[in-house]
Amino acid sequence: MASETGIGASVLRKEDARFITGMGRYTDDVGAHGQTHAVFARSPHARARINGLDTAAAAATEGVVAVFTGADLQADGIGDLPCGWTVHSKDGEPMVVPPHPPIAVERVNYVGEPYAVVIGETLEAAKNGAEALDADFEELPAVVDLASAASADRIHETVPNNQAYDWELGDKAATEAAFANAAHVTAIDIVNNRLIPNAIEPRAALGEYDAAAGTYTLHTTSQNPHLERLVLAAFVNVAPEARLRVISPDVGGGFGSKIFVYAEETAVIWAAGKLRRPVKWRAERSESFLADAHGRDHVTHAELALDGEGAFLGLRVQTKANMGAYLSTFASSVPTYLYGTLLAGQYKTPAIYVEVQSLFTNTAPVDAYRGAGRPEATYVVERIVETAARELGMDPAELRRRNFIQPGDFPYETPVALTYDTGDYEASLDRALEHADYAGFAARKAASEAAGKKRGLGFSCYIEACGLAPSQVALSLGAGVGLFEVGEVRVDVTGSATVVTGSHSHGQSHETTFAQIVSDRFGIPFENVTVLHGDTGRSDYALGTYGSRSLAVGGSAIIKATDKIIAKGCKIAAHMLEADEDKVSFEDGSFTVADSNQSLTFGEVAFAAYVPANYPLEELEPGLSEKAFYDPPNFTYPAGAHICEVEVDPDTGTVRIDRFVAVDDFGHVVNPMIVEGQVHGGLAQGIGQALLEHGVYDDTGQLLSGSFMDYTMPRADDLPNFTVDTTVTPCTHNPLGVKGCGEAGAIGSTAAVMNAVTDALGVASVPMPATPETVWRAAQGA
Amino acid sequence: MEIKVTVNGAAQTVDVPANTLLVDVLRERLGLTGTHVGCDTSQCGACVVHMNGDAVKSCTVLAGQADGAEVTTIEGIGTPDDLHPMQAAFRQNHALQCGFCTPGMIMSAIDLVQKSDGKLDEGAVRDGLEGNLCRCTGYHNIVKAVLAAQQNMAAA
Repeated sequence: MASETGIGASVLRKEDARFITGMGRYTDDVGAHGQTHAVFARSPHARARINGLDTAAAAATEGVVAVFTGADLQADGIGDLPCGWTVHSKDGEPMVVPPHPPIAVERVNYVGEPYAVVIGETLEAAKNGAEALDADFEELPAVVDLASAASADRIHETVPNNQAYDWELGDKAATEAAFANAAHVTAIDIVNNRLIPNAIEPRAALGEYDAAAGTYTLHTTSQNPHLERLVLAAFVNVAPEARLRVISPDVGGGFGSKIFVYAEETAVIWAAGKLRRPVKWRAERSESFLADAHGRDHVTHAELALDGEGAFLGLRVQTKANMGAYLSTFASSVPTYLYGTLLAGQYKTPAIYVEVQSLFTNTAPVDAYRGAGRPEATYVVERIVETAARELGMDPAELRRRNFIQPGDFPYETPVALTYDTGDYEASLDRALEHADYAGFAARKAASEAAGKKRGLGFSCYIEACGLAPSQVALSLGAGVGLFEVGEVRVDVTGSATVVTGSHSHGQSHETTFAQIVSDRFGIPFENVTVLHGDTGRSDYALGTYGSRSLAVGGSAIIKATDKIIAKGCKIAAHMLEADEDKVSFEDGSFTVADSNQSLTFGEVAFAAYVPANYPLEELEPGLSEKAFYDPPNFTYPAGAHICEVEVDPDTGTVRIDRFVAVDDFGHVVNPMIVEGQVHGGLAQGIGQALLEHGVYDDTGQLLSGSFMDYTMPRADDLPNFTVDTTVTPCTHNPLGVKGCGEAGAIGSTAAVMNAVTDALGVASVPMPATPETVWRAAQGA
Repeated sequence: MEIKVTVNGAAQTVDVPANTLLVDVLRERLGLTGTHVGCDTSQCGACVVHMNGDAVKSCTVLAGQADGAEVTTIEGIGTPDDLHPMQAAFRQNHALQCGFCTPGMIMSAIDLVQKSDGKLDEGAVRDGLEGNLCRCTGYHNIVKAVLAAQQNMAAA
């Protein structure tokens, strides 16, 4: 049904009414009667032994309710924070997992690591108590530099060489053979800079304990409340799942950083039980910088082998990935199965071999951040392809075109373990070239040069694997959980519908998009569909939101549930209309008997299901509410072409983005307005990585970029307007034909910007972020 | 200390310690949780409200400085059924995603338009919103919304 609110329509958002009027309800807006306040004492040292911790003065501080140390949690049976994905090294051994107590016990391993929590009647009392703690730290030399971390001091006694694992993927021998036959080899050395996610809402938690029922309720800023509950129950031992409810109300952005189970909410919910009082915590931004999981941070050497005509023969990649001080919840999967598997990009490279060494350093843990592994893979592939084109004197667009996997090649099995189902890479590139006025570039470059400026253009033809994930594939590769999603559709007595989804929205607009698909399926008004999410008390076990999976996996579960409802509705309608069941079909909101004028509206059938006067009760249960679990058969493969054109002022090093074009293939699009918004936001983060953002530690492990005054977030005046368009090859294996759009902007854009900057300067490489100082030095040849 | 302040047209009297911030009075004492706290260095702008007709970062105003002042928060400019033109433009142009920066962004944008004589262009809007961080939208649609609201506020 095509309608103003159905699939494909840019429907305005249901969510907006509360957000634009100040009526959103975020975790910090939730309070409980008699609540106390938690403040975490955090290590000032990157690496130190805790020789003593005197809590007496803190406990005696006016208004302090309690002081808890790591030993207190351990004594109460609280377990370590686990890593949920086991990666195996080349030798077959599982990764080495160092102990990770939520609150440090004997040692601290990064600046900001909590070593005690002080609970006060007021926030001020808790802060005063934390100030009064007397910790005896014996400072140890910090391991900060990733490139040399393997040969530095051992951070964890149980981890030789500071190495979590040494992983490989691909056919090494075939790749060596490809290089032996190459007419040309292009090599690059690149650093993928550390990023700090910085959702504008800081993390927060409110823990409550109901002593009568023995139940816990945790309000927290989580992208996946069920995963939070599972970990807190099964690994951390707070309480059995059935006695623990996790609610993620409105959440102010996540970008990956709110997937993980952290020390703070663990301590808060545990302390609420110990004290039998509500405990509240909200991160200050400085804490977010220090203790939210960071992103990226790779050092990579890559080589591309080409034949005389520019065909890619082989790619070999060696990467060192920074894990930080501990293995965060999904840290191990990011530089492996979300990175190495994407190194084929959009190209028919026949042989690929990648080695990844993941190392510990005395820095904040590193985990998934928007794109998670795929931006790093894209940066490798698209920088090396662009570099190869320049070395060979070829048009970079033409070199890509020559190597694209063609529409007739799908399903296409890559040499790095994925099977792409569909795509048309040339279509995206052609459209992007048109939007960017590629033909006019030479004239614009000449005009810039006449004005003393340098102009450059860069491409990035990215691919990503989204719709995480086929459970059995993920489990066979080391995942600790299935990766399906649940959707429940409750048709109400009067024919409206309530949808309960396991996906969590923290900006993604599920309340609107999911209402569109259900309204479209049932032919009922968009206004009559309400979407609920973010509460383990409301939905079945679910996996939540990350990896651009919500519509492709969560939406598919909802479609499956609507299928069940329509099938049941057909049975009810057949009974009511005294027709054969196989003659009844559902279309445009009506159940119709074939070859007749008999029909019933969706509302009439819903009413009959709940008021079953004329109803086959002996064969059919009353009610019209169905639930479905959807486990995807494959990943989805969004792909696209990004083109960035910059003008550089060689005197100041300033980079101005003249135009940025993103043409993406997300399969079918449910709400184009929302999809464009997702792309805009991703582009800002990808451009931010290229030009502005950098998480920097000094040699002693102090975070130098620890506030918004030091870490350069993209602001309105740093960014251009974007040109965003889509091409469509529908995903072949999910009911909506959708692929996911949340991360594409961040995955594709960084390489396009850096290709443009290096093109403008006529240099092989510029380190990220390409700040004015960095660019000015490159322009001077310094 | 006792503070008398008019918030969204209603006279309020609160007794708070002298080091209390305006944002904490609004959120904790008056229950106006639409004003958000996103940082601790006056950089993000999630806490912007209007005080005596000017946009201020309420995390950087002591409650005592607001004594006798007229304060307007996001809750005071419109309702879902009767939106301020800036609120309507944000919705119409999909200028928000997670919504956390939105109240501060809208309050800053209103101030920007009111003080610009209807002459804002894209660049001026980008410069004018430099004190408000958004991590979701890439600002593209926020800029569109502010320019659209400028038209509508002039017409109103």
